[in-house]
Amino acid sequence: MAQARSRSSRLRLGIAEHATGMIASVLFLAPIVWTVLSAFKPSQEARLPPLPPWPTTGFSVENYGTLNTFGDGLWLPAQNSIYVSVMTVVFSVIVSVLAGYGFSRFRFPFKDLLFVVILSTIMIPFQSILTPIFLVLTKIGLHNTLTGLVCVYVTLQLPFSIFMMRNAFDAVPREIEEAARMDGANNVTMLIRVMLPLVWPGIVTIALFAFLGAWNEFLAALVLMTDQSKFTLPIMMTALQSGRFGAIDWGAVQAGVTVMMVPCLILFLLLQRFYIRGLMAGAVK
Amino acid sequence: MTTITATSAPARPRKLVGAGRRQWVGLLYVAPAVALVTVFFIIPLGMTAWMSLHNWPLMGEHSFIGLANYWAILRDTRFWNALRFTGWYTLVVTIAIFAVAFPLALFIERPRRLTGFYRTSFFMPAVIGFASASLLWSWLLNVDSGLFSPAAFDLGLTEKKVNLLATFQPAFWSIIAMVVWKVAGFTMIILMTGLQSIPSELQEAAMIDGAGPFARFRAITLPLMRRTLALALILSVAGSILAFDQFYIILRGGPRNQTLTAVYWIFNQSFVSFKLGYGAALSMILLAILVALSTIQLWLLRKPEGVD
Repeated sequence: MAQARSRSSRLRLGIAEHATGMIASVLFLAPIVWTVLSAFKPSQEARLPPLPPWPTTGFSVENYGTLNTFGDGLWLPAQNSIYVSVMTVVFSVIVSVLAGYGFSRFRFPFKDLLFVVILSTIMIPFQSILTPIFLVLTKIGLHNTLTGLVCVYVTLQLPFSIFMMRNAFDAVPREIEEAARMDGANNVTMLIRVMLPLVWPGIVTIALFAFLGAWNEFLAALVLMTDQSKFTLPIMMTALQSGRFGAIDWGAVQAGVTVMMVPCLILFLLLQRFYIRGLMAGAVK
Repeated sequence: MTTITATSAPARPRKLVGAGRRQWVGLLYVAPAVALVTVFFIIPLGMTAWMSLHNWPLMGEHSFIGLANYWAILRDTRFWNALRFTGWYTLVVTIAIFAVAFPLALFIERPRRLTGFYRTSFFMPAVIGFASASLLWSWLLNVDSGLFSPAAFDLGLTEKKVNLLATFQPAFWSIIAMVVWKVAGFTMIILMTGLQSIPSELQEAAMIDGAGPFARFRAITLPLMRRTLALALILSVAGSILAFDQFYIILRGGPRNQTLTAVYWIFNQSFVSFKLGYGAALSMILLAILVALSTIQLWLLRKPEGVD
C-alpha cells in the first residue's frame, strides 16, 4: 500500500512539474507566437487589439506589403542587415581563426600582452567610445557606410571569438601537426588542410554569435548610419514605430518584428548546441 | 566543453626547425586582429579621454578647456538623475531576473521528459535582439492596438483602457517585465552550467546524512556555485548599467524624461545636442564605473585558493 501511495504521489508530482513547465513555456513563447500570427491579419484587423492572436477575417500578407511602402521599403534595410551580418560573420571568422592560430601555435614578442589587450576590450563598453569611432570612420572615409559598420562589429566580436578559437586550436594535439609537418606541410596548408577540419565546431560557434550580434545591434547602427538608405532593419523599424513616416501602422510593426526575429530563431534552433557550447565556454572560464 | 578544459598540453622540450623565423610569422597571423582593435578600439579610447578635455562641437574648431567638462558634470543634475535611475533599474531588474532564472535553472537541470523542449522555449527570447523585443513589446503595451490594456479592459479589470506608458510606475514595471522575459533564459543557462558542475555524489551524501532540500541548497549548491553566480550577476549588472534600446524604443526616455538611463543621456548630449567633448567626459565616468565593476568581477571570479 505504501508503495502504491508513493507511486501515485510521484505521479502527481510529475504532473505538477510538467504543468509548471508548460505554463512557463507558454509565457516565454507567447509574445513571439502572438506577433508572428498577428502579422498575418489583414491591415484593418491588425490595428485592433490582438484578441485572439490569429487572423479572424481571413489570412493575409497585406502587412508585409504596407511595410514595404514606408521609407525605402522593406527590401533595402533587409538587404543592408543581411550584408552587414554576413560580412561580419565572414571577417570575424577569418580574423579570429588567424589570430587564434597565431596565439595558440607561435611564440613571438609581446604575445601575452597583445592577447590580454584584445581580451580586455570586452570590459570596456563600446557605448562610451562611439563618438571617436564616428570620427575615426569619417577620417578613413568609411563614414556612413555599411563597410564601416562591419569593421566596428567585427572588432566588437574579436575578444570572444579569438578566445574561442585559441582554445579550439590549443585542443588540437601537437602530434597531428608534427606528423603533417614531416609530410612537408607549411604553415598555411597546415592551417587550412589539417587544422580547420578539427576546429570547425568553434568556427560555427563564433559565426553564430557574430551573426546574431550584427543582426540585432542597435545603438552603433543608430549613431553611425545617418543616411536612410543605409538603415539596418532595427533602425528602419524604430523610425517607423516612432511615427517618422506618418501614422504608426501596428500591422507593419508586427510584420517587421517578425522579419527581424525569424532568422535568429531558425539559426538558433538549427545550431542550438553550438550556441550553448559558446555560452558554456565563456561561463566556465 | 571537455575539449576546452583539457587543453593545456604538457610543455615538453622539443626542437623547432627554423624557430627564429617561425616566431615572427606568428605576429603576421595576429596582425589583422591587432590592427582592428587598435583602430576601432584603442585609438577611440584614447580619443575619448582627449576629447573630454575639450569643447568639441560637431562643426567648427575645438578648444582645450582642461577639466571644465568634469566640473560641469558635477552640476549636471539631469546626469545624476539618469545615473540614479540607471542604478535603481539595475538593482530591480537584476533581482527580478534572478528570481525567475534560478527556479528555471533548477527546473531544467534535472533530466526528465521534455527537458529539451522546456530549455529551448525558455531560451528563445534570448536570441532575438533587444531592439526586436522592444518593438514587439511597444506594440503589446500600446493602449489602443496592444494586448495588455485592451485585455484588462475586456476582462473587466479596469474601467477604461489604461495607457501603461503614460506614467512612471506602470511604464517602469512594463520594461522590467519585458527585460525579464528577454534575459531570464540566458541567465538560466549560465546558472545551469554551475549546477551541473556540482558532483551529484555530494548531494546524495548529504541526503543520506538527512539534509533537507533547503539545507542542501544552502550548504552545497550556493557555495559551490559561487563563481557561476558571480558571473551571472556581473553580466546582468553590466548589461543593465548600459541599458539603452528598450528605454529609447519603448519610452523615448519618457514619461517626462524620468526613464533616461546613463547611456541615453550620453547619447543625447553627443548625438542630439552634438556636445561631443561633454559627451566624452560623461563617457569617461561611465567607463570608470564599468572598469571598477570588472575589477570586482575578477576578484569574485578568482579561483578558490589551493584549487587550480
